[in-house]
Amino acid sequence: MDVLVLLKQVPSTESIIEIAGDGVSIKTDDLKWVINPYDELAVEEALRLREAHGGTVTILTVGREKAAEAIRTALAMGADKGVLVSDPVLEGCDPLCTAKVLAAAAKEIPFDLIIAGQRAVDDDAYMVGSAVAEALGIPSITMVIKEEISENRIQCQKTIDGGVAVVEAPLPALITTQRGLNEPRYASLPGIMKAKKKPLDSKTLADLGLDPQTFTAFKMKIVALNPPPERKGGQVVEGETAQEKARELVRILHEEAKVF
Amino acid sequence: MTEPFLTAKHRILRRSVRSFCDRELSPIAAQIDQEARFPWEVIEKMGPLKYFGIQASRELGGAALDSLSYAIIIEEVSRISAAIGLCLSVHNSVAVFPIMAFGTAEQQQRWVSELARGQKIGAFCLTEPNAGSDASGISATAIQEGDHYRVNANKVFVTNGGVADICLIFARTDPAAGRKGISVVVVERGTPGFVVGDLEDLCGVRANPVSSIRLYDCCVPKENLLGQSGTGLQIGLVALDTGRIGIAAQALGIAQASMEEAIRYANQRQQFGVPLSRHQVIQMMIADMATQVDAARMMIYRAAWLKDQHQTFTKASAQAKLFAAEAAGKVTDLAVQIHGGYGYSKAYAVERYYRDARVTRIYEGTSEIHRMVIAREAQKEIMSDLHIA
Ligand SMILES: Cc1cc2nc3c(=O)[nH]c(=O)nc-3n(C[C@H](O)[C@H](O)[C@H](O)COP(=O)(O)OP(=O)(O)OC[C@H]3O[C@@H](n4cnc5c(N)ncnc54)[C@H](O)[C@@H]3O)c2cc1C
Repeated sequence: MDVLVLLKQVPSTESIIEIAGDGVSIKTDDLKWVINPYDELAVEEALRLREAHGGTVTILTVGREKAAEAIRTALAMGADKGVLVSDPVLEGCDPLCTAKVLAAAAKEIPFDLIIAGQRAVDDDAYMVGSAVAEALGIPSITMVIKEEISENRIQCQKTIDGGVAVVEAPLPALITTQRGLNEPRYASLPGIMKAKKKPLDSKTLADLGLDPQTFTAFKMKIVALNPPPERKGGQVVEGETAQEKARELVRILHEEAKVF
Repeated sequence: MTEPFLTAKHRILRRSVRSFCDRELSPIAAQIDQEARFPWEVIEKMGPLKYFGIQASRELGGAALDSLSYAIIIEEVSRISAAIGLCLSVHNSVAVFPIMAFGTAEQQQRWVSELARGQKIGAFCLTEPNAGSDASGISATAIQEGDHYRVNANKVFVTNGGVADICLIFARTDPAAGRKGISVVVVERGTPGFVVGDLEDLCGVRANPVSSIRLYDCCVPKENLLGQSGTGLQIGLVALDTGRIGIAAQALGIAQASMEEAIRYANQRQQFGVPLSRHQVIQMMIADMATQVDAARMMIYRAAWLKDQHQTFTKASAQAKLFAAEAAGKVTDLAVQIHGGYGYSKAYAVERYYRDARVTRIYEGTSEIHRMVIAREAQKEIMSDLHIA
């Protein structure tokens, strides 16, 4: 059972995001970078599958060179090898481009299953996983909270609005993770030490036989970034008695907030 | 930033340990201090990750890391909780390490294999009510009677005491032989006559169950003697050489955390119309904190590096411990000062750091005792150089 994990490095959700001077990017100097939390679930699930069925776990990332850190962290958790595709042309490409590159790289790696996060918490596109499956012509099951593999088929429970659906597909397939799938492990100290010795291949678009020219057309242009509006302070309802306060509250809801 | 002594491996290690501590320890660090509670829920997670066998061999279930890695781990854990940093430092460096260094293969199998996996917790029991800095003044006894020792001891200030399963007890096996009659006997919790005293109500490191341990006519098999009979003080000194790196790293972690908090606060708190950090006097304080922290870090890494290169490191580790402990005192004091009244309130973390830092100048040898060690070693070095010249 060879599992390929698609992994992205993102700013930690605890980081304070500030808009840079140009108004269309964020300041990255002081950001703490981590594995996208949904991808961490993917790494954990892949490791569990390897423990149950044998095989290998490979981490595949498209990103800047710095993203090697995130791959090393996944290797420290126990993954076997990593591939990092880095190319200046990819800076600012849309999610479909990322998916194309990932699919091209995936073709060179043997896999029975691909696991990706449902989305990356930085730009929340929700697209890459399914788009990679489409590009590879394999089935995809998104938002998985439980999976079971037997006789070359994968059966998944996935969250849908207000419930859970059970979906099955033949392997090879791609699934994306949903919170609740598992509890990701921490790297053990010996695991961390082994991570440095594990293979991590760096590739460019040319290495994958892709023409960088074709990607320049797919650049997204960010027009403006705005921080969310600042929250207004609360309002204290005045009144001598509980009844008076309730009456005043109803009046405010009715006349000022216009909720009914 | 790259630092001397460290390799890429050490940087991955720091990141991974920090991520574990941020997620698991940070949310409860203030609470376990206030409740003086040992956080079993986190300790149980650290065991399988090998935090309790940092330098123990792989065969015995440890991680077999180098001393630099050890220092980084203690620094990072102490940055979040000095009490847990203390727990790991004592367990790894003055309980597991002496058994690895002086124990027989059979003793290592018997004790280290469980200690290294965190299934059992270790303690180092030297201090007594009337013997602190002067370790040779202990009065505990372990008298051989046939195939066992009868141990009587009143040990105080035992780090991890309330939870320790495997205790290294310093006792006189030959009361007539003075310094040369002291040995280390390993006594396990549960041995009849093994009594854990009340927990100390401490100023800092309150989540560590520091307690007294009393042994009343405890009979332990003679196979529990660690190393040669009469070499207890040497074993203690070798253990403390290593232990100092851990305590120094603990002090560094506390200082680092204080500096981070102080800088964050100084940039956010406004007085006289500008953030505190814009006042020159506050900038001078930040400069002093950063310099103390960096100097301490370099001294600690050098001591650990020397140990990894199998060079003598007694003076280097004593200097690192002395300097880092004093630096932690200064840095936590400045961090409280920058916080003003809020720094004196439990609502802010620097109040805890200030209390935690204080003890690093006291345990595993006070600052005064460290100066004595450093003076002796420095003079030895210079005098032997003069002889050669
Ligand atoms: C939280 C905590 C945890 C501890 N954990 C452990 C543990 O796990 N195991 C253990 O065995 N012990 C432990 N200790 C004990 C600690 O190591 C001793 O407190 C320390 O060695 C000092 O001994 P003392 O308290 O008896 O002070 P004393 O030796 O009485 O010293 C009092 C003062 O006199 C100074 N002084 C002493 N002799 C000299 C001298 N010759 N010249 C100049 N000044 C001198 C000292 O520096 C100190 O300032 C712990 C202590 C604390 C507070």
